[in-house]
Amino acid sequence: MRFLPCGESGLLVEVEDLDEVLALYAELVEEPPAGVVDLVPAARTLMLRIDPTRNDPAGVARAVRAVRPQSTHRPDSGLVEVPVTYDGEDLAEVGRLTGLGERGVVEAHTAQEWTVAFCGFAPGFGYLVGADERLTVPRRDVPRTRVPARSVALAGEFTGVYPRESPGGWQLIGRTSLEPWDLQRDPPALLVPGSRVRFVEA
Amino acid sequence: MTSWLEVVAPGALATVQDLGRSGLGALGVGHSGAADAPALRLANRLVGNREGAAALEVTFGGLEVVAHGDLTVALTGAPCPMTVDGRAHWAFGAVRVPDGAHLRLGTPVTGLRSYLAVHGGIGGPEQLGSRSTDTLAALGPTPLAAGDRVLVRASTGPLPGVDLAPVAVPAAGDVRIRIVDGPRADWFTDKALAALVSQPYDVTADSNRVGMRLAGPELVRRRDDELPPEGMVCGALQVPPSGQPTLFLADHPVTGGYPVVAVVVGADLPVAAQVRPGQRITFVRVPTAHPAPGARDD
Repeated sequence: MRFLPCGESGLLVEVEDLDEVLALYAELVEEPPAGVVDLVPAARTLMLRIDPTRNDPAGVARAVRAVRPQSTHRPDSGLVEVPVTYDGEDLAEVGRLTGLGERGVVEAHTAQEWTVAFCGFAPGFGYLVGADERLTVPRRDVPRTRVPARSVALAGEFTGVYPRESPGGWQLIGRTSLEPWDLQRDPPALLVPGSRVRFVEA
Repeated sequence: MTSWLEVVAPGALATVQDLGRSGLGALGVGHSGAADAPALRLANRLVGNREGAAALEVTFGGLEVVAHGDLTVALTGAPCPMTVDGRAHWAFGAVRVPDGAHLRLGTPVTGLRSYLAVHGGIGGPEQLGSRSTDTLAALGPTPLAAGDRVLVRASTGPLPGVDLAPVAVPAAGDVRIRIVDGPRADWFTDKALAALVSQPYDVTADSNRVGMRLAGPELVRRRDDELPPEGMVCGALQVPPSGQPTLFLADHPVTGGYPVVAVVVGADLPVAAQVRPGQRITFVRVPTAHPAPGARDD
């Protein structure tokens, strides 16, 4: 575990891998150290935002060091079933890149349980990791200027659902009828860190 | 009786801002809120509001509104010439704006962002605990447009006795901003770290509430690998492959994939938020105030 400086209002905790991030996040989100006002899990790091009038990064680091996360501990935010129509513009390309073919991509995407590792890019945009690496594909060389809302996509080791229309470089494999971001819902994000996700063919 | 401001002209960009949203980073929701938070707090104090009430953040003046209801306002931040039905008022004091009066803001003398607080506070629905417009995440009300009605909450308390607050106005010309080493300072060459504080950086026109694109000495990396996305903070100096840093402000993305070389100290964030395109920033490195104990564990 490394503590990386971010001024007096932040502390970036870097760990070995995503499992460690999720384990540490699961511990700290239940009982945040004094003065920590926000936690942002990411791929290899956990950012702690600090109210500098209540604690300093050294004090927060001491509190984090005292936590003994269990590597198997993941925040469990429940199971979400996401119906997908697999007709994305990049489905054939993903089939070729992975060697699985279009049907194989659909089967690999629906066969495994995914976990929301973290959110970023836009409110409610979750980065989901799966159980195996069959669907690991690069981003598109040229990002699209317009990706429709509710597109289901792949990039790197992640899958995700675009919460609203935006530019984007992920490979589109389908679309869902669910609303990933709805301000009338609490929480507004359908997929939050720790959510387990099953994709099913609509 | 309901009071409101009728927008005649918003200027370059006018938004509703309070002290932002907290605790939603894990959902991908950033902090947002007033870019110059101390100026917002002061404007609210001058009209007897709680410090975190919503007010208007006006970028580079040019706002024109008509009062519907007898209102009292205060202007802080970048000092603009202000007229009420043609009569001039100076910033940093409470000003009465009678029902039907036209309030106009000219171009600020120095600085970029002015805060117009109204006794009672700006109303309208909250989203996720705040009325702030997050321009990146598209949360909160859309930026003001001609014809908009901006609701004013019924005033709850008396006006304070203070007439005028003595404050330092934003600087013209070159501005000094203090930084501490960021989480990825070790991704950069010694030469880059020296260059960052040796010559001024120009604030380019490609600057907004998300961040300020800077132009100056190129910050060369010592490693080329890709950084997995990680959490960002307000004041982070993020360096994309061009080597030209972006200084993140209130609406910065929650996570980013480029290394952060340095972070602006909290006290200088409001200073940074008032620097105009065309001005220059000289960064001054100060020691990290609170080095983490035993920063490296293994």
